[in-house]
Amino acid sequence: MELFGLYNYWVFTVVLMIGFYAVIAKGNLIKKLIGLSIFQSAVFLLYITMDKVDGGTAPIVQKGVTDQVFSNPLPQVLILTAIVVGISTTALGLAIVVRIKEAYGTIEEQEVQSLDRDQ
Amino acid sequence: MLIAPLVVLMRVPGLPWAVATATSLMTFAIAISLTSTILDSYSVTYEMGSWPAPYGIELHVTSFSALLLLIVSGASTLALIAGKQSLDTDIEHDRQPLFYAAWLMVLTGLSGIVVTGDAFNIFVFMEIASLASYVVISAGSDRRVLPAVFKYLIMGTIGATFYLIGVGLVYMMTGTLNLADMEARIHEVGELRPILVAAGFITIGLALKAAVFPLHAWLPPTYTYAPHIVTVFLAACSTKVALFVLLRFDFLVFQQNLSGHEVQFTVFLMPLAVLAIMVASVVAVYKQNLKELLAYSSVAQVGYILLGASLVSVPGLTAGILHMFNHALAKGTLFLAVACLGMRFTQLGLVNLSGVAKQMPWSMAAFVLAGLSLIGVPGTAGFISKWMLISASLQEGALGVALVAIILVSSLLAVVYIWRVIELAYFGEPPESTKSVREAPIWMLVGTWVAALMNIYFGIIPALPVALAGEASSSLLQHLP
Repeated sequence: MELFGLYNYWVFTVVLMIGFYAVIAKGNLIKKLIGLSIFQSAVFLLYITMDKVDGGTAPIVQKGVTDQVFSNPLPQVLILTAIVVGISTTALGLAIVVRIKEAYGTIEEQEVQSLDRDQ
Repeated sequence: MLIAPLVVLMRVPGLPWAVATATSLMTFAIAISLTSTILDSYSVTYEMGSWPAPYGIELHVTSFSALLLLIVSGASTLALIAGKQSLDTDIEHDRQPLFYAAWLMVLTGLSGIVVTGDAFNIFVFMEIASLASYVVISAGSDRRVLPAVFKYLIMGTIGATFYLIGVGLVYMMTGTLNLADMEARIHEVGELRPILVAAGFITIGLALKAAVFPLHAWLPPTYTYAPHIVTVFLAACSTKVALFVLLRFDFLVFQQNLSGHEVQFTVFLMPLAVLAIMVASVVAVYKQNLKELLAYSSVAQVGYILLGASLVSVPGLTAGILHMFNHALAKGTLFLAVACLGMRFTQLGLVNLSGVAKQMPWSMAAFVLAGLSLIGVPGTAGFISKWMLISASLQEGALGVALVAIILVSSLLAVVYIWRVIELAYFGEPPESTKSVREAPIWMLVGTWVAALMNIYFGIIPALPVALAGEASSSLLQHLP
């Protein structure tokens, strides 16, 4: 059934929007970063879904086996790269949050803004 | 890129700067030699690891890439050479190796984006450049840089992720990531809706990175609170490179294959461009901090570039691409002059700068020259691109006349906000506390003046950038009916 086959894509959309909502609506900087991670995970799901071939297995060539159907390895590689980028971004974001805590004493976005306004 | 980790290990003071500058100079030399090759033979390709395209990643340098490579490496070199003293004051000595390593990574990322021919490789280099630029920006001393860079991180990552979704959708439909191959394969695609969605995602993602109105909110605080020389480099390059990707992707891959896409492109982007120009210029008039004023002016200039591109004609696109070059020159010089001022003043609010021209005449004179280029006075580089933009708009009939009016009004607004600074600097009275301020270090002045004089040079002899921009736009548009 069409809807069932597209299940993964629905999940992708829902997770994307949950992450995006968290980034926009939450005031705590750590929650924003968590939302960003969720947002990026949704994209990984999209790529993995698209490369799964019906009946395909892990794309590793085995000696002597010639008629194996493989899942497409390219998006899997793209996702590995994107995961690494996501990790670096999260790490950098957290480092900045630590510095914000040291400089402002708070990690709530509203309080940081009001401290800046009063300065 | 290979030199960056080595720089981290260098603890001898002065050495990281020297190595970074030498690397930047080498990159600039390579850019110049690439440009002369491009002027002869139009494009250069190279297969990474000798894997043939489209299986392997291909580097594909065109005239558009050459122009941007000149901007990126030239801005980096000039900023590093002129800015040594400014960076020495802004950044503690034991952090300097890390800072220069990150700077080199920004240079790597930005250069990589313009030379690669593979869509995913663009994403990788884009994130290298972005992450490294978050690092160099956060070296600023004012604590307000931290929420600014956090906002930039969030918005930039969302932008890059949207771009990634778009590339994924296109890959789903065409099966390739190589831009040239995509261009060919898109003709065979049956279902066009994912391509349309992909175009939307990619455009929004890159618009976030390029600070297109209304997604520009990260730009003013970032430029204001970053170290002055960092602002020189980033203001000259980062938005232009994002626009490069946007134009390249859109014109090469999408334009010809989605019917009516040209109209969609124009209808969507032209109002945003016009809004950027008008709103950002008006906001700049009211800003009290010198760097913030120039940052909003940058948002307006991105609008000009996009306006030229949204005309979807060879003259329009040429004007837009040329403006990338000229604005990089003008803004780079302006921020270099600000860095000179920043050597003597810690607060760059306009009230603190009253009467500064008497104490720092050379810095302010360079500022005036670059300001004239920003406004578009004949004889400066800015005039050439504004003139081309106006003549391209006039070819569009009634809409064109309205656009010309907008361009002229916004140029007048630029006069207003540049004049505010000039008036305060030249005709104001210096407050008591700053009466003993001297001129900026001679080395910084030399660098600033080299940049300022280049504005004049390219205003009188614009042959090189115009040739590159013209070739770029005709190759981008060659498939359009």
